[in-house]
Amino acid sequence: MPQMNMVQAINDGLRFEMKRDERVVVLGEDVGKVGGVFRVTQGLFDEFGDDRVIDTPLSEGGIIGTAIGMALYGLVPVPEIQFADFIFPAYDQIVSELAKFRYRSGGEYPAKLVIRTPVGGGIRGGHYHSQSPESQFIHVAGLKVVCPSNPYDAKGLLLASIRDPDPVMFFEPKRIYRAAKGDVPEGEYTVPIGKAAVVREGQHVTIVVWGAMLYEAIAAADEAKAQGVDCEIIDLRTLWPLDIDTIIESVKKTGRVVVVHEAPKTCGFGSEIVALINEKAFLNLEAPPVRVTGFDTPFPYTLEMEYLPLAHRILPALIETAHY
Amino acid sequence: MAVQPLHSSAPPVGLASPAHTSDPDVVRVLRDDGSLDPAFDPHLDPETVLAIYKHLVLVRLLDDRLVTLQRQGRIGFHIGSLGEEAAIIGSAAAVRASDWLFPCYREFGAALWRGMSLQAYMNNMFGNSEDPAKGRQMPDHYTCRAAKFGSISSPIGTQITQGVGFAWAAKMRKDDLATLVYFGEGATSSAEFHNGMNFAGVFKTPTVFFCRNNGWAISVPVERQTASSSFAIKGVAYGIPGIRCDGNDLFAVYKCTRDAIAHAAAGGGPTIIEAMTYRLSGHSTSDDPKAYRKEGEVEHWKKRDPIARLRKHLELEGRWDDARQQALEAEVDAKIKDAVAVAEKIQPPSLESMFEDVFAEPPWHLQEQRDQLLKGPRAKGH
Repeated sequence: MPQMNMVQAINDGLRFEMKRDERVVVLGEDVGKVGGVFRVTQGLFDEFGDDRVIDTPLSEGGIIGTAIGMALYGLVPVPEIQFADFIFPAYDQIVSELAKFRYRSGGEYPAKLVIRTPVGGGIRGGHYHSQSPESQFIHVAGLKVVCPSNPYDAKGLLLASIRDPDPVMFFEPKRIYRAAKGDVPEGEYTVPIGKAAVVREGQHVTIVVWGAMLYEAIAAADEAKAQGVDCEIIDLRTLWPLDIDTIIESVKKTGRVVVVHEAPKTCGFGSEIVALINEKAFLNLEAPPVRVTGFDTPFPYTLEMEYLPLAHRILPALIETAHY
Repeated sequence: MAVQPLHSSAPPVGLASPAHTSDPDVVRVLRDDGSLDPAFDPHLDPETVLAIYKHLVLVRLLDDRLVTLQRQGRIGFHIGSLGEEAAIIGSAAAVRASDWLFPCYREFGAALWRGMSLQAYMNNMFGNSEDPAKGRQMPDHYTCRAAKFGSISSPIGTQITQGVGFAWAAKMRKDDLATLVYFGEGATSSAEFHNGMNFAGVFKTPTVFFCRNNGWAISVPVERQTASSSFAIKGVAYGIPGIRCDGNDLFAVYKCTRDAIAHAAAGGGPTIIEAMTYRLSGHSTSDDPKAYRKEGEVEHWKKRDPIARLRKHLELEGRWDDARQQALEAEVDAKIKDAVAVAEKIQPPSLESMFEDVFAEPPWHLQEQRDQLLKGPRAKGH
């Protein structure tokens, strides 16, 4: 089985789907000839031509607005927004239009896109190349939101997203684009949307995490293990719809939970996860649920490693929660 | 392109003048005496003209009735097309059966012309269980795929880029269709207008941008939307031809739209049409235009009423008179009354329907919330 990094796996997934279904088109800034600033779409322009791999004018609103029009026509557009930080000019189209199309038209006009965009920090990107805006899309009824942590899931979730009837925000953690490597099957397979993965089983504390922070959680859990704390790690993979059953099952076993995400703490997705745990497993809790997250500041440049919820910040939360 | 100054609170040079030739840059066919300028006559067949006239009357009476229903508290809202009927229906009548309409929210006349049933429209006005939008949106926010008519939303200009993308996809697939995208002149200030025009220009999509310049965006006059000498001239910046027409002249609107569609269909790319018309009513039933505009301006435009002008043409040809008008109004009135009576009796949407169509299949959280609603107490007053 070939070894791939995230970039290669997503590229492979796009190529596979474009071969399988001629309705699939890729559009965005620099996605064509140069293959994207992260090279995720490399080679697709040469293989499929400029009608299916389209370099667009520099306008996120225009990319998503026209992609919605293409979707209404019956194509399956997979637009790329170069950085999630730049998605906000298209936010109106995503929130007011894409997310509501099926609903507001009484089912007459389902509009389906897979919007790919790199997220997250740790690449010296400052305010505008580092953010994690997932909760701003989860809060909007009508969008599915995924964020893979490894090449296998990236390709499998991409295929599932392209075939899903609903619009999908496909967040790609850019810090691990090339760092995360693994076996990726050639050809057909999918990772189902809405299913989390229990990456490691454990007895004492449940860690809920996704994207690049998975590796920080694993590192922290390794340290915790050395201190006698046995962690169960859940990689959400799909953020919305949330795999609540897997989380609750784990929390019922451990009674303790730490949620980790890069986005700011307040109204971050961790808030919703903790609220759901309180609603569904309150009497099983042995300790207050804890969030280890980015801070409620703009994403900083020089101090980004202090901002991110890396292993050194996750570890004390695990130990304290275990001994609460 | 030489372009005349925009009209504003002062009557515009071209449209205020009794002589149709006073502004050579505004396409006009229908003269004040009801005759047609042979230089621009689109040669519409007489039966179609008559059918359009009858439809204009329907739309006018419907507007009137819906405002009354709103005042009576029987419907929540109406956003009408009083004074803009020729621009809306003239353009919708000029597209081919294969073409698609991407509406703003003032084009119910176009939807009905394209085949949406009066009953379906009325069901939307009442938000009942047979409303095409299933009671999920305000009145006048309907949908009609069968009529190749898009889904209406309130945010300004969002349909513009979508109409471009749709046409672009058709072009990629080598399907012979164009899109007609409606918006008011206020929408030309939105990013969506810029995005749509720019993408359409770059990719030469078969799109007709139809700008209803009705003078006002709620309370804001045209000179607060742009410092350009017209809205059509904005096409120059995008490499898109622009044309202005008398929007209260059915024949001019028809001709410009038909030509633009033919241009698009022949691979010539997009056109922007500025239809110069006037919003005789408030922005919607929630608006009182007396607070921001002079009655004299409205009076001026009432004299340019598009329906009265078309009627004059039909009368000149000996094809219309008071008796026919009375008979038509009685017939239309009865149709509207029936549709209202039926819509008012149809049940509101089911509680469960609130949770459908958010996603193709409701995930666990929506099932849970639906069950909570069903088990819980009911609200009063709906």
